[in-house]
Amino acid sequence: MTTKQTTGMYDNFTRSGRDTRATHYCAGCGHGIINKLIAEALADMGLQDRAIIVGPVGCGVFGYYYWDCGNISAAHGRAHAVATAVNRTERDAVVLAYQGDGDFAAIGFNNSFQAASRGEHFAAFFVNNAIYGMTGGQMAPTTLTGMKTMTTPGGRDPATAGLPLHVCEVFSQLDAPVYIERVSVADTPRIMKARKAIRKAIEIQRDGKGYALVEIIAPCPTNMGTDSLKAAEFCNTQMEAEFPLGCFRDRTAEAVPRPPRPPAPTPMAFFADTHDDDAPAAEVDEAFGEIRLKFSGFGGQGILSLGLCVAEAARMEKRFITWFPTYGPEQRGGAAACSVVISGKPIGSPAVDHPNVLVCMNQPSYERFVGTVVPGGVVIVDETVTRTVAPPEGVRLVIMPAISLAAKLGVPKAANTMMLAALSRLGVTHVTRDNLIRALVDSFAKRPALAEKNVTLFEAAEIEADSRIRLG
Amino acid sequence: MSEIGAGDGEVKLPRPVIDEDECKSCGRCVAACPKKCLRMTARLNSRGVHPVEYAGEGCTGCAICFYTCPEPYAISVEKP
Repeated sequence: MTTKQTTGMYDNFTRSGRDTRATHYCAGCGHGIINKLIAEALADMGLQDRAIIVGPVGCGVFGYYYWDCGNISAAHGRAHAVATAVNRTERDAVVLAYQGDGDFAAIGFNNSFQAASRGEHFAAFFVNNAIYGMTGGQMAPTTLTGMKTMTTPGGRDPATAGLPLHVCEVFSQLDAPVYIERVSVADTPRIMKARKAIRKAIEIQRDGKGYALVEIIAPCPTNMGTDSLKAAEFCNTQMEAEFPLGCFRDRTAEAVPRPPRPPAPTPMAFFADTHDDDAPAAEVDEAFGEIRLKFSGFGGQGILSLGLCVAEAARMEKRFITWFPTYGPEQRGGAAACSVVISGKPIGSPAVDHPNVLVCMNQPSYERFVGTVVPGGVVIVDETVTRTVAPPEGVRLVIMPAISLAAKLGVPKAANTMMLAALSRLGVTHVTRDNLIRALVDSFAKRPALAEKNVTLFEAAEIEADSRIRLG
Repeated sequence: MSEIGAGDGEVKLPRPVIDEDECKSCGRCVAACPKKCLRMTARLNSRGVHPVEYAGEGCTGCAICFYTCPEPYAISVEKP
């Protein structure tokens, strides 16, 4: 004897602390039918242990109580983004996104569209019932013209509420998807076609062939304001008139299975770091304390590079370091600043509100930050900056002709190297000159000629810095 | 639960097995059954709706009722 019964689902749906064998769906809802088809397909193909279903927010949200496989619940509209992450990190997983029309096609449309355009390796089951169900029957992107909903009480008016969104037709404009089909679960002949489409989309995932979209027209008796049979009839007539069923694309035969994932580059290789192999790990040195530095000026003055160079040099000396840039949207000319912390112990926050050392390369940043320097600290400011306010009591001021000196030495862009030399001569970073130069050279790893030139500039600037420090 | 066709020594016939307490009375199976051998009852189940029952004969084991039912555990179909 054979028994046709539900497979691929848990025996009990433990929800809110009680066992039940009933779903949360209303009588006659299409979700339950589709849930069963997906579960059956996974069980029949032996894929439950490989399957990860990414669920939506909406009526379909509780799938994880039902499907006996891996489940992840995504934020509203983000199932395609989460499924993207899962399919990229778990190459052997059979990834399925399950979403309703509000989740997939309204708040999540861009996530859905871009993932499809990238040809991510997962199947999307898009349940279209022309309405927001869970929240009580508001208009969805797929709501039919003239259809009454909670938010279109007079019927959807295209003049103010637009026209129904045809997801399969829109996604068919993309090159990447392998398979796109619209089916329905309104009645049994249609359910059997939907069953085939769902199985095909899952097979495409099993075989690693790419993105598959199955749009499923489903009845929502509750929010269509009718009984289950009339809701099904509504799907078959009015919804299908707007959303014709059929296969929009099937490139399953030509699709090439995804190759195994190439070995991931190490983070250091990814960021093209040149010297990490010999970088020592930081060591605790309570006696060292903590130095907090702020570098500020215009974008393009090398402010961020200067801070990075100091941080890198300190790292070579086994200090704990952070480098924390802040900048505006401008590529050049906007305000730029970075905070560097050099510490003898693990660093709590990379933000520097009250620096011991402040480097200012322009007037706005001087005015903004000079008052924040702690007593005993030092401010190094370019001589072009008009100092409208004095540094706080007990803060040393050093005026460095960084910009003019760099120009005089023939490399106007190297004003930051002038400041680095001043920092070196002041000794405020507690990093050796050798390591500051080494970090400077490393920062020009891709342009060795510039590295050499900057070392020459650094040495010239040290002499100037010494005279300025004596003045200060 | 209907026992017709399942007794020892009887000729075993296909039949739907209905868990009445899981039925939400949507009526989809009644409408979908090609042999019209499912019907709505007048009694109430534990969730307060009229469950569907098997008329007792006519089932061919096609499982259309199973596929059209939105509930996972309301109806299954035995086929000897």
